[in-house]
Amino acid sequence: MAQMTMIEAIRDAHDVAMAADDKVVVFGEDVGFFGGVFRCTAGLQEKYGSARCFDAPINESGIVGTAIGMAAYGLKPVIEIQFADYVYPAYDQIVSEAARLRHRSNGDFTCPLVIRMPTGGGIFGGQTHSQSPEAIFTHVSGLKVVIPSNPADAKGLFLSAVADPDPVIFLEPKRLYNGPFDGHHDRPLTSWKKHPLGDVPDGDVSIPLGKAKITREGADVTVLAYGTMVYVAEAAAEEAGVDAEVIDLRTLMPLDLDTIVASVQKTGRCVIVHEATRTSGFGAELMSLVQESCFYHLEAPMIRVTGWDTPYPHAQEWEYFPGPARVGEALKKVMEG
Amino acid sequence: MTSTYEPLSLNVPEPGCRPGDTPDFSDFEIPRAGEVKRPPVDVDPDTIRDMAFSIVRVLNKDGQAVGDWAGALTAGELRQGLRHMMTLRTFDARMQTAQRQGKTSFYMQHLGEEAVSCAFARALQPGDMNFPTYRQAGLLIASDYPMLTMMNQIYSNAEDPLHGRQLPIMYSSKAHGFFSISGNLGTQFVQSVGWAMASAISGDTKIATGWIGDGSTAESDFHSAMVFASTYKAPVVLNIVNNQWAISTFQGIARGGVGTFAARGHGFGIASIRVDGNDYLAVHAVAKWAAERARLGHGPTLIEYVTYRAGGHSTSDDPSAYRSGSEADAWPLGDPLERLKAHLIAIGEWTEDRHRQAEAEILDEVTTIQKQAEAVGTLGDGQAPSPRDMFEGVYETMPPHLIRQRQEAGY
Repeated sequence: MAQMTMIEAIRDAHDVAMAADDKVVVFGEDVGFFGGVFRCTAGLQEKYGSARCFDAPINESGIVGTAIGMAAYGLKPVIEIQFADYVYPAYDQIVSEAARLRHRSNGDFTCPLVIRMPTGGGIFGGQTHSQSPEAIFTHVSGLKVVIPSNPADAKGLFLSAVADPDPVIFLEPKRLYNGPFDGHHDRPLTSWKKHPLGDVPDGDVSIPLGKAKITREGADVTVLAYGTMVYVAEAAAEEAGVDAEVIDLRTLMPLDLDTIVASVQKTGRCVIVHEATRTSGFGAELMSLVQESCFYHLEAPMIRVTGWDTPYPHAQEWEYFPGPARVGEALKKVMEG
Repeated sequence: MTSTYEPLSLNVPEPGCRPGDTPDFSDFEIPRAGEVKRPPVDVDPDTIRDMAFSIVRVLNKDGQAVGDWAGALTAGELRQGLRHMMTLRTFDARMQTAQRQGKTSFYMQHLGEEAVSCAFARALQPGDMNFPTYRQAGLLIASDYPMLTMMNQIYSNAEDPLHGRQLPIMYSSKAHGFFSISGNLGTQFVQSVGWAMASAISGDTKIATGWIGDGSTAESDFHSAMVFASTYKAPVVLNIVNNQWAISTFQGIARGGVGTFAARGHGFGIASIRVDGNDYLAVHAVAKWAAERARLGHGPTLIEYVTYRAGGHSTSDDPSAYRSGSEADAWPLGDPLERLKAHLIAIGEWTEDRHRQAEAEILDEVTTIQKQAEAVGTLGDGQAPSPRDMFEGVYETMPPHLIRQRQEAGY
């Protein structure tokens, strides 16, 4: 067990995966010699050589497209898109190719591939360094979508993603890279190095995909969250004095519906929180599933607290980001319903 | 204040010939057979830049094989090559008719382009991987992939290896070095580079080949493939089949101001060659050269096959709406089958009688196989893949939501 930031945990997870299997290859823009703009691949090229960890041209479709070819050959590519905001040029390769390959070839070819990308806002990243595009992946059959919220989960989920025989979109909330963040931007950051969740087990420890985690037990309302919003929801529950049960979904596809349903059937209320824009966001799917599965247990209409249906702004960061005040209001409102 | 410049106007290229016009290929420059030299496989791409503006040709107008690129195949191999092309053409004709009879929803012919994939297949070794488009079934025919399996796929019947999930002709066969075909154009071009990179990363000796049509070179994945192939010196042969047409759009729309498609390779430092796509011997010789170059670690090659799409784009297309009906007949590089046949006759290795006999045998073989496939089923008639199957293979292990949906669907 060692104290690590999420960056160090992801780097450690790469190290474990690359040491265990020489079919694991790592590439992307700036990930080789330099070790990544967020340091997540630091030292890997030196340790494993430039055929296993290398820099790529600035061409997202090329990065994903070549990785699909490598996966079809039999390698296990782990590739990085520098920011989730820049994944769109690769969308054709991800949706039309990676996601469909097993199905369309009846398993003749498969695509074991991990596509890492830093996601989310709260860092004054403006329009193209803050987006949360998870819903454009959860909508695609054939993809798995993972988003960790702490260093230990990041390592465990990463190793499961690498071991998975299908393509996995691995979203890393960059706001959580160095420490947890509850939306109180006026307070100093606590490093993961001084946080209990910064304890990362050594070696090959995997956390299964498709399993949520209850991070705060509660009786009154279920909060469905992931990524940075887990900490915002926990803070909001304390500050609003609502006995909320916070569920960190961890994997959006496949979704741990059983844990969600058990919780909502217990609490009778549900608030859904995500940074992404509201309309057709993943919250809509969560709301539909809870409605279908828990209708007779619901004591109030569900509420979504999300980013607004606007591009992510710069100066108005904290009016956009769904912070603890907005989530707290929703918790109170759902208790009145 | 008024501008001192003339108003600008948009340049929209137009083909030389539209329906009702008389085809005119008089300004289409065709070098004499044997004229283009064969460089060593380790050649510096910069020193053969002229090859992207010429055309490698082996068969001359008298049916003789001439020049540096001749002599790579025995008479027996050439007869087999002719048989492959005849088989593909017959297969195409039968499947085209089957679509018209409603036995399947869709088909795409190779008419006029048979030499490209049939001859190319002969330059590869077991374990190499093609990333084809929907118009390279000759790669399968020439590597003895069962025609029955192809037809079962086209009919989406119970023996379809893809279980009815894919549109007809979107074959897949890892064992035959034929990557799963996708409807999305250009995607496989860059994937082939990745496969080749993987071979290099693994210290393997296998090579990959990418395929793309003239129209799809305009896709951004064409550029991606060229960048990655160039940067990592990937062991890949990148093939552009220039059949002059992208559905209704003539190749000038994709080509723009550049002289040839092969010339696009120059900016990437990739060895780039243009070849007569209707000359079986030339296609094979250039493919073999490029494959050898890749296998020896000298890097990628871009090949433009100059050919003509003699048939419609697909069974959903009527070319008489956008091009002259006599254009295929006027095409100066002729018919690949006729040219190889003439060569074999010229060298005393074939006769008209043997040709007629081969035609009859092939028609009989294809018809017999077609009956076998149709005995299993055609689209919507006979044995069909289970609807339960469509939920399989989305992931290796079916996740809970798909199990629920499968049950909801009644399976």
